[in-house]
Amino acid sequence: MEKTYNNKAWFFVLPVLLLVLFSAAIPLMTVVNYSVQDTFGNNEFFWAGTGWFTEILNSDRFWAALQRNLLFSVIILALEIPLGIFIALNMPKKGLGVPVCLVLMALPLLIPWNVVGTIWQVFGRVDIGLLGRTLAILGIDYNYVRDPIDAWVTVIVMDVWHWTSLVVLLCYAGLVSIPDAYYQAAKIDGASRWSVFRFIQLPKMKRVLLIAVLLRFMDSFMIYTEPFVVTGGGPGNSTTFLSIDLVKMAVGQFDLGPAAAMSIIYFLIILLMSWIFYTVMTSSDKDA
Amino acid sequence: MARITLDHIRHAYGANPVADSDYALREVHHEWNDGGAYALLGPSGCGKTTLLNIISGLLQPSHGRILFDGNDVTEVSTQGRNIAQVFQFPVIYDTMTVYDNLAFPLRNRKVPEAEVDKRVRDMLGIIDLADWADRKARGLTADQKQKISLGRGLVRNDVNAILFDEPLTVIDPHMKWVLRSQLKRIHKQFGFTMVYVTHDQTEALTFADKVVVMYEGEIVQIGTPAELFEKPSHTFVGYFIGSPGMNVLPAQLNERSVVVGSQRMDLNVPPQTKPGDRIELGIRPEFIHLGREGMPVKISRIEDIGRRRIVRAEFEGKPLAIVADENTEIPAEARVSFDPAGINIYANSWRVGGEA
Repeated sequence: MEKTYNNKAWFFVLPVLLLVLFSAAIPLMTVVNYSVQDTFGNNEFFWAGTGWFTEILNSDRFWAALQRNLLFSVIILALEIPLGIFIALNMPKKGLGVPVCLVLMALPLLIPWNVVGTIWQVFGRVDIGLLGRTLAILGIDYNYVRDPIDAWVTVIVMDVWHWTSLVVLLCYAGLVSIPDAYYQAAKIDGASRWSVFRFIQLPKMKRVLLIAVLLRFMDSFMIYTEPFVVTGGGPGNSTTFLSIDLVKMAVGQFDLGPAAAMSIIYFLIILLMSWIFYTVMTSSDKDA
Repeated sequence: MARITLDHIRHAYGANPVADSDYALREVHHEWNDGGAYALLGPSGCGKTTLLNIISGLLQPSHGRILFDGNDVTEVSTQGRNIAQVFQFPVIYDTMTVYDNLAFPLRNRKVPEAEVDKRVRDMLGIIDLADWADRKARGLTADQKQKISLGRGLVRNDVNAILFDEPLTVIDPHMKWVLRSQLKRIHKQFGFTMVYVTHDQTEALTFADKVVVMYEGEIVQIGTPAELFEKPSHTFVGYFIGSPGMNVLPAQLNERSVVVGSQRMDLNVPPQTKPGDRIELGIRPEFIHLGREGMPVKISRIEDIGRRRIVRAEFEGKPLAIVADENTEIPAEARVSFDPAGINIYANSWRVGGEA
């Protein structure tokens, strides 16, 4: 058949290009536009140069929120990844237990984020919440509205409850793809339980773990809804993570310029961190 | 190194086996002599792998006991039995180097590092991977991976037995031959009991002193390659060993003779049978003489396979394969005679007697 050479094929990718343009590129450029200008309303804009960026990078408020957010991400990764691997290793591999476990694991993932927040907000209330009331009866002084530590614990436990399942499901998928012969060979070779994990299961889970770490890092670094519903960023600013701070600045105070500058810095940080994670975790593949 | 006794082993994968057909292994009662080289031969799904996994302890048999040198090891773990097993598809630890892969079973058993190094270096030479020692095992070819799997089994030279589960399936033909002769050499050198599962009869016959033929969860014959060829004790063995397989013809016994269709052949020793048994006559294509004398056949096809020819014919309404030299003249009005030494009589598929 004669091949046709012309540029009509571009029409096939046009819809998706338009979609990306309107959903990502144009909004992003608007943000860039705001970040270098100042406004007093009335649609009047003045050139501000890199002023907003300098202001954000010199503000204690930004660095405090960034620190809180990094700490939060580190804690939930340190909890969710090992816990997820542990649960996946102990899930049944066949029989009736498999669908039951999978459904149970998938449930938290199916709940809308603000509903998760509401559930925990009520759950932890000292006056009516199951958790808060029980702890009060047991004589434990727990109040996430007053105490920053309690607020952190609540937000972290909530995130672990909500997202560990994702790690479990990804790891489980990696585990079930290991042929039986590997376990049999390991038995023949006299491998310990730890060796089986270290040399068979972990290498096979490596790829899915990379995805799990990336997803959990990005999501936790952008977390907004759940802590906003539970603590509203408080008490004080103790659970004000970057995105909560950003929304306060943009919507609450209507500081469009600084908010836009912060958005761009925020975006670049996530991009950079994800790239670092990816590079570090795939580097060992290359020496093969 | 040990003598391995399988004491009335039965195994079913399902929970509540009732009928014989529920069993993957119907009943195996057999002894593997210390230092013997055995081949376990049979079609796919006849229970070879099941039997192997029971010996190595990867599977617990539903019934029966396993003894090593007379000691009951049925409840002993795989590790405690000290058995090496090589699987059909290569298993390698791909985050380790080739060297570490081979050292792994030794290090797990706390062998001193100096001894590990010596044995691993030896093994690297045997499997011809010395140049690859420090490479990651990932990204090697299937051949090389399987050689590592073999090496991990052979590097432990104190094992009770080495079990091979069709280890050369993924290896290409030339390499197969090389590895097989190396295995034989290693066997002579160390003298451990070897059980080699295969469904390839050439592999079984060249490798083993004794061949164990399995069919539908049972051992149907144990013998030297010559015995399997000359006196197959089950029609399945006759069919499975040899190319083409044995001709099996429905027959009747009549006093001291056997009758196939309208043809009658005399027997020296009448076989013991019960009335109602299904009688068959088995004769290998190699024991049939084609010429102008004897019983009439109708030739349908001649296959030339180099130095020999396989003649496909019809005898008393049944297909008959005959092996003839390439020089044999094949007359138009062909007749055949059966070598009395090659005649085997079967009752209900089991051999009850023959001429010789």
